[in-house]
Amino acid sequence: MTGIGKSFLGVRVLDGVDLEAAAGEVHAVVGENGAGKSTLMKILAGVHAPDEGTIEIDGRSVAFGHPIEAQRAGVAIIYQELTLLPERTVAENVFLGREPVRRGLVDRAAMESATGELLSSLGEESFGPRDLVRRLSVAQQQVVEIAKALSLNARIVVMDEPTAALADHEVGLLYTLVRRLTERGIAVLYVSHRLREIFDLAHRITVLKDGARVATAEASSLDVATLIRLMVGRELDSYYPPRAADPPGEVMVSVRGGGNARLRGIDLDLRAGEIVGVAGLQGSGRTELAKALFGAEPFTTGEMTPCRPRSVREGIAAGIGLVTEDRKAEGILPHQRVRDNALLVARAIRRSAGTPAIERLLRRVRLNPPRPAQEIRLLSGGNQQKVVLAKWMTVAPRVLLLDEPTRGVDVGAKAAIHELMRELARDGMAVLMISSELPELIGMSDRIVVMRDGGIAGELPSGSTEESVMRLAAAS
Amino acid sequence: MRRALPIFVVLAGLLIAIAVVNPYFLEPPAFLAFVKRAAPLVILAAGQYFVIVSGEFDLSVGSLVTAEVVIAARLIDGSAEATWPVLALLLVLGLLVGLVNGIVTTIFRVPSFITTLGMLLILSGAVFLWTGGAPRGALSPEFRELGRGSLGPVPWSVLILVAVVAAAVYAMRAGFGHTLIAAGDNDRAAALSGVRLARVRTAAFMISGLSAAVAAILLGGFAGVSAQAGNGLEFQAITAVVLGGVVLGGGRGSVVAAMAGAFTLEALFTLLNLYGISGALEPAVQGVIIIAAVALGAVRFPRRRTAAAS
Amino acid sequence: MTQQLKLRRVAAAEGSFLRRLSADQPARAVYLALALLIMLGWLLFTLDGGRFLSQENIVGIQQRSAALGIVAIGQTLVILAGGLDLSVAYLISLTTLVAAEIMAGAGANVPAAIAAVLAVSALVGLVNGLIVTRLQVHAFIATLGTALIIRGVLDARYDGPAGSVPASFRHLGYDRIGPLAVSALLWAAVAVSAWLLLSRTRLGYRIYAVGGNTEVARLSGVRTERVMIAVHVLCSVCAGIAGLLLASRLGAGTPTAGTDGGYDLESIAAVVLGGTALAGGRGGVAGTVGGVLLLAVLDSIFNQMEVNSFAKDVVRGVVLVAALAIYARRRRTA
Repeated sequence: MTGIGKSFLGVRVLDGVDLEAAAGEVHAVVGENGAGKSTLMKILAGVHAPDEGTIEIDGRSVAFGHPIEAQRAGVAIIYQELTLLPERTVAENVFLGREPVRRGLVDRAAMESATGELLSSLGEESFGPRDLVRRLSVAQQQVVEIAKALSLNARIVVMDEPTAALADHEVGLLYTLVRRLTERGIAVLYVSHRLREIFDLAHRITVLKDGARVATAEASSLDVATLIRLMVGRELDSYYPPRAADPPGEVMVSVRGGGNARLRGIDLDLRAGEIVGVAGLQGSGRTELAKALFGAEPFTTGEMTPCRPRSVREGIAAGIGLVTEDRKAEGILPHQRVRDNALLVARAIRRSAGTPAIERLLRRVRLNPPRPAQEIRLLSGGNQQKVVLAKWMTVAPRVLLLDEPTRGVDVGAKAAIHELMRELARDGMAVLMISSELPELIGMSDRIVVMRDGGIAGELPSGSTEESVMRLAAAS
Repeated sequence: MRRALPIFVVLAGLLIAIAVVNPYFLEPPAFLAFVKRAAPLVILAAGQYFVIVSGEFDLSVGSLVTAEVVIAARLIDGSAEATWPVLALLLVLGLLVGLVNGIVTTIFRVPSFITTLGMLLILSGAVFLWTGGAPRGALSPEFRELGRGSLGPVPWSVLILVAVVAAAVYAMRAGFGHTLIAAGDNDRAAALSGVRLARVRTAAFMISGLSAAVAAILLGGFAGVSAQAGNGLEFQAITAVVLGGVVLGGGRGSVVAAMAGAFTLEALFTLLNLYGISGALEPAVQGVIIIAAVALGAVRFPRRRTAAAS
Repeated sequence: MTQQLKLRRVAAAEGSFLRRLSADQPARAVYLALALLIMLGWLLFTLDGGRFLSQENIVGIQQRSAALGIVAIGQTLVILAGGLDLSVAYLISLTTLVAAEIMAGAGANVPAAIAAVLAVSALVGLVNGLIVTRLQVHAFIATLGTALIIRGVLDARYDGPAGSVPASFRHLGYDRIGPLAVSALLWAAVAVSAWLLLSRTRLGYRIYAVGGNTEVARLSGVRTERVMIAVHVLCSVCAGIAGLLLASRLGAGTPTAGTDGGYDLESIAAVVLGGTALAGGRGGVAGTVGGVLLLAVLDSIFNQMEVNSFAKDVVRGVVLVAALAIYARRRRTA
């Protein structure tokens, strides 16, 4: 791709961007939200047409008017949100739009055997071509997506934040898959916010900033600090805000022997002023723990003080707030204004909050620019998350539970959210943070609780190593 | 407001077009008569708006209107004393039907299209089962006063309409309205923020039922008892709401625009009559204009449509 | 953990015929309900001194349900694709008139009349499809609008029945071959074609894809607009076929043939009764056939019991809502 430019509604989102990928290479594309990564990838995949610039594949110039033309030219894209039909089988999904036909009828047998071969070539044996996609885990669904890309004979595979929905141990499987793709001589374009993955996988890295290319370099010639400086244009001297100097205060929430269908024997105290990190593989019960404390999927056994919430409203009344993992599905009201999103909880429990208070709050969560009348869906992921945080701050909870608070959030917003978390803790809130990103957990937490199989496997002090957390989380 | 603007432009255009043919139209008596005629549909549209913006449908309002009128005639049977108790009973019945619709939809998770379709069948069947196939009895003059009479120069129905508009605007500005829109926009996010989905949606169905009761009282007074009193009103109300730019699927649109949509529909009927388009072709013209209006809205705001489709 | 266990169980049963069947669970449920209802009907008839399984009653059930059955098949296709068609009732009225007027009592005109009906209905479907896709009007409003337009045409041109159907064409509505009504065979042919379409053709696969998630389908290269137009055309053609059948039974074109039968809402009711999701993407023809039969058997029982027709509406409403409540419950606990 050479000199790619694109404007939306008069706003220039890409400006003369060059990008190249060689066969068998993993080429990472990084940048803050709004840097233009997704737009660039969508142009390559034929979703958007570029205003200027050219795309060449194997030296031939191409122009795509529709995603299907890009597919025919050998470009497959695996989106952030999976694009599968849950009510259809694996084979039907893999061949969607290109079903093999024999004598005018769809050749189901050919489709299923071809899918079976693709799956086994990917080393996948836990499910078959006839299984309904709705019954598969997120990681398995990703394998289906990749099988779909392979069935297209793709030469170039674009992966847009492929690990956003994966658990740690599943990320390892994805690495294996990516390597298998490159072994076949496929070029992989890898978009991610997670720097560690990038250094694990990428041969080369291209950095975008404000719609322009800042640099392309061999991964081995870069380190994390340099990469971040290239992305944000400044040196982040300390990635994480300093911990509180004071020891934690009174116990805000205490659970003894908490359990339900997904959890067992939870003993946990959350104290004012501390940030407690929760680690664990996906399915270990991390999200379930947060939802149980909050009352969304309540504990059915055990003691909890000050009270054991049986519903979301009881949780809110007890001074607990929950920032959910899936922001789009569970966090925001996409078509409402920032202001109405921020006021949702206060209104739901009939507590009034004035307009000046909202504007102050939006500034406090570092929403930039703080425009309360804007529809929230038009904001970047990071800004949306800040509004979700403001939503809880309107009711001043004693305990704030954050489930993957920086997922899909750019580096700048991430730092702002980290600072805010620390600030809230300093003001006497008890903060619990679930994260799949171990450096974040270790950098932010005063102590780390590790979950395994629905129970607490152990607790580690601040300053523990990633290895010790992983050992505790993965032991069986 | 930006989204609601087109409907007011269309409404103003229609009113001017009517005034061109009939210069007296914009003078108070004629205009009040127009508002009086429009009142039942506007009230129904307001009620339907609450249901639609919360992400649901209410197809039962037409048969509820019929049922209310038929029940009123049978119970009052021309007696003045029975008027007020029966009026109260009608309002309670409207609320009750809404309550059942709401509970079946929210607690038993039946799609509201089907819940209210079932209610439509049940209501129309039950009422005629009870009256033996044709409306019996008669409304009292006191009852009909509300739909026909006036206080000084202002018809009662216009006063009632003003009260309904004020109440609807107030409800949508209050916390209730915002939580209702939240439920329609993203119900999971709303629930996890403490919104009681079942309660607010059921409340919306009850408001719709209540508005059908009020509309039935006005219509019964205005047009008298008939087994077809409410025929097709559910579709007219939904059309009016959609004309007002409210998105089917919930979460977007204003109640004022929905009511303006109902006025627009009524103005359209008036205009068609004035231009002497026969009663027979009226539905056809209405159909074309509805499609055109919604299509223009969709073209003007392409973003709105893509979200509505998903 | 539980999720993994579930997965393993699915994998173990791979390829089994039973699992195939269970993928279409709601259809199974509706046939179970149908079987129970037939047993109940048999019991009630016997107590009442009648014969439920008499040839007369069986043919009656078929004849009464064939027209609704055919419309419901078309409606299934639209609903599976995520749409809805509220114009079928008026279209049926229109097509009975087109058929009867062109036939004008002469057997020689039958082929021309059939061709005209199919052309008119395909055209209406095309208009519906184009309004939904090109003008981007919600299917609810779009088909409501075309329904009004057709109604206007009917109101303006007809005061009552018009045209007449030749005796030769009336065989379609009244003849039987053994215990099978000709009309039911027509219905079966439509149903089997639709089943083949959905399970064995690319268009069928794409109907599910568009109804399941339009954006996913589009990104996979499916021309979603064509699919939407196709289902609307097919649905309208089904309504046209139902119109031919009704013309044959009524002997003339009738402007109220479609609305009297309530074919718009009733066909939607039959589709969802058969377990097809109103939101699209899940369900099928088998369920719809079951749903229509369920309504027809219910009707036949009512007739035998001489139940007031208004009570039928009440019971239908209750059955519809109760069935959907049960489906919702099963899906949640599954």
